[in-house]
Amino acid sequence: MDTIPMSDTSHRTATVGSVLTRPPAEPDVAERTPLPDPAERDIVFELAGVEVRYSGVTAIEDVNLKVAAREITAFIGPSGCGKTTVLRTLNRLHDITAGAQVRGTITYHGEDLYGPRVDVAEVRRRIGMVFQKPNPFPKSIHDNVAYGPRINGRKRGEIGDLVEEALRKAALFDEVKDKLKQSALGLSGGQQQRLCIARALAVEPDVILMDEPCSALDPIATARIEDLMQELKANYTLVIVTHNMQQAARASDRTAFFTAEIDDAGRRVGRLIEFDDTEQLFTQPSDSRTEGYITGRFG
Amino acid sequence: MSVVTAPAGGALLRSRPGAKGRKARNHAATALIVVAVLVALIPLVAVIGFVISRGGSVFGWQFLTQDIPVLDRDIGGGMLPAIVGTLIITGGAAAMAVPLGVLGAIYLNEYGQRRRLARVIRFLSEVMTGVPSIVMGLFIYVVWVLHFKNETAFAGSLALACLMLPIVIRTSEEILRLVPHELREGSYALGSRKVRTIRTVVLPHAAPGIVSGVLLAVARAAGETAPLLFTIGFVTSTNTSLFHGPTTALSYQIFHNATSPFVGAQDRAYGAALTLILLVFLFTALARLVTTIYTRRTSASSGA
Ligand SMILES: Nc1ncnc2c1ncn2[C@@H]1O[C@H](COP(=O)(O)OP(=O)(O)OP(=O)(O)O)[C@@H](O)[C@H]1O
Ligand SMILES: [Mg+2]
Repeated sequence: MDTIPMSDTSHRTATVGSVLTRPPAEPDVAERTPLPDPAERDIVFELAGVEVRYSGVTAIEDVNLKVAAREITAFIGPSGCGKTTVLRTLNRLHDITAGAQVRGTITYHGEDLYGPRVDVAEVRRRIGMVFQKPNPFPKSIHDNVAYGPRINGRKRGEIGDLVEEALRKAALFDEVKDKLKQSALGLSGGQQQRLCIARALAVEPDVILMDEPCSALDPIATARIEDLMQELKANYTLVIVTHNMQQAARASDRTAFFTAEIDDAGRRVGRLIEFDDTEQLFTQPSDSRTEGYITGRFG
Repeated sequence: MSVVTAPAGGALLRSRPGAKGRKARNHAATALIVVAVLVALIPLVAVIGFVISRGGSVFGWQFLTQDIPVLDRDIGGGMLPAIVGTLIITGGAAAMAVPLGVLGAIYLNEYGQRRRLARVIRFLSEVMTGVPSIVMGLFIYVVWVLHFKNETAFAGSLALACLMLPIVIRTSEEILRLVPHELREGSYALGSRKVRTIRTVVLPHAAPGIVSGVLLAVARAAGETAPLLFTIGFVTSTNTSLFHGPTTALSYQIFHNATSPFVGAQDRAYGAALTLILLVFLFTALARLVTTIYTRRTSASSGA
């Protein structure tokens, strides 16, 4: 796959300059050099003592982790352990979930993400998201991708190019270039998911959160998305949730392993068990539960 | 995979024992459903057939374009004043009740949710749906007609709007509730704000359902007689004004003429009934067309 030149990101540098003016790290997957300590890199997110409750019931608690810039951080763990729940704290999507409550502190480039003067719409423009289930709008393919740029007041003249570029990056353009005016609901599940990726890219965010982006895709499309992730890594920070252990091992730089356990009080609560360099976590996990999960003994 | 062993006689694909009973039950159930549908159709076909056979004799271009005879015993004449009246009264009612009702539903589902105010509104509209239409007419008679000392099309519109409002609110809210939450989340996740999300994602998705709901309310209102009895007055020539002077309506004319002892009047009642049915049918077809065009436009080309 040929690399597509990244869009002009200069308009973002005004506010997150330190992050984006640094030369991007070489995405060299084959020869993985030991990752720098997260503390030495730019930290995009820092979670401390994060707890999420749904209608008063704790779903996950005591999450402490740092997400470094221009890396791929993977969340793995058994179903229902709270991966999606943690991911949704990062773009404040719990704000619109009835009964959900987030506690603890989360900072984004050092700023309190849940601070009183934070504009939630701005948060979500900087931090894009691709959902577990493809959710294209019942509009045309073109309008789905154009939705974000239009909200952000991009000029009519620019939108056509932005849409094409985003569709190209999401490896969808060739398949849909002749039917941009047709409804997005006519696409296959995998195409819809790539459309949702394109839709998120078109906003030109700083971070992209992906909740099992490949669960509806065939191996070829999955490989394309993984290639795409490596390309995006040069300019974006990615956090992905995946059930596919090979994918986490292959594609990510750091991995967080979550699991849900019944505690003394009989509550089933999710916890972050281990967070480390992907290589370290998969070859020498420090926790027996991690080892059990990655070797397939449970979960 | 299990190994398929051929039963004696080489009949792999024949029914298994017991299947006969199931098949018979299936046939019986299907027959029952067909019969039920036919029985349900009887009153519908009978009503329409009866109205066409009785009203068809007077119905025609003259009937649609002439004034109502001043004397009930006269034969012939038309229903133009009543048609115009029904259109104006129902149109006025829809112009008031539909925007208010849809906005109310948007408040209830998108903003109010389980807040106290929303619960109160929801409860009141539920109660209002059950209020007999004649009570609405009485209400407008007391607070409007008696107050301003005149009967107008607008007074009738007010009474019909009271009737339509709760129906529009409740059906629209149900439809809005059916819009998948993932779509809203998708919009918010792109940095869209609430009003924009409602306008560009929620409403286009809900539009066909809302239009059908609104249509039901309009059709129901167009056929109402009781709220008009003491609000619009009576005329035999066309009054095109919404605010000035009394008017008349098809439903009112059906009531008035059918209760008359004269054959000419009774024929006009059936003619008016046929006209009303055709009018409601026309509304429905028109709204369906509008919905189709609207959804095709928002789901295909331009949108946000
Ligand atoms: N909207 C909600 N309301 C109530 N409980 C919820 C809600 N969303 C998630 N939960 C609960 O929170 C826990 C964690 O759910 P979450 O969706 O984060 O799991 P997950 O790790 O993403 O699982 P999966 O791999 O199956 O997607 C589960 O026990 C789930 O039942
Ligand atoms: Mg999940």
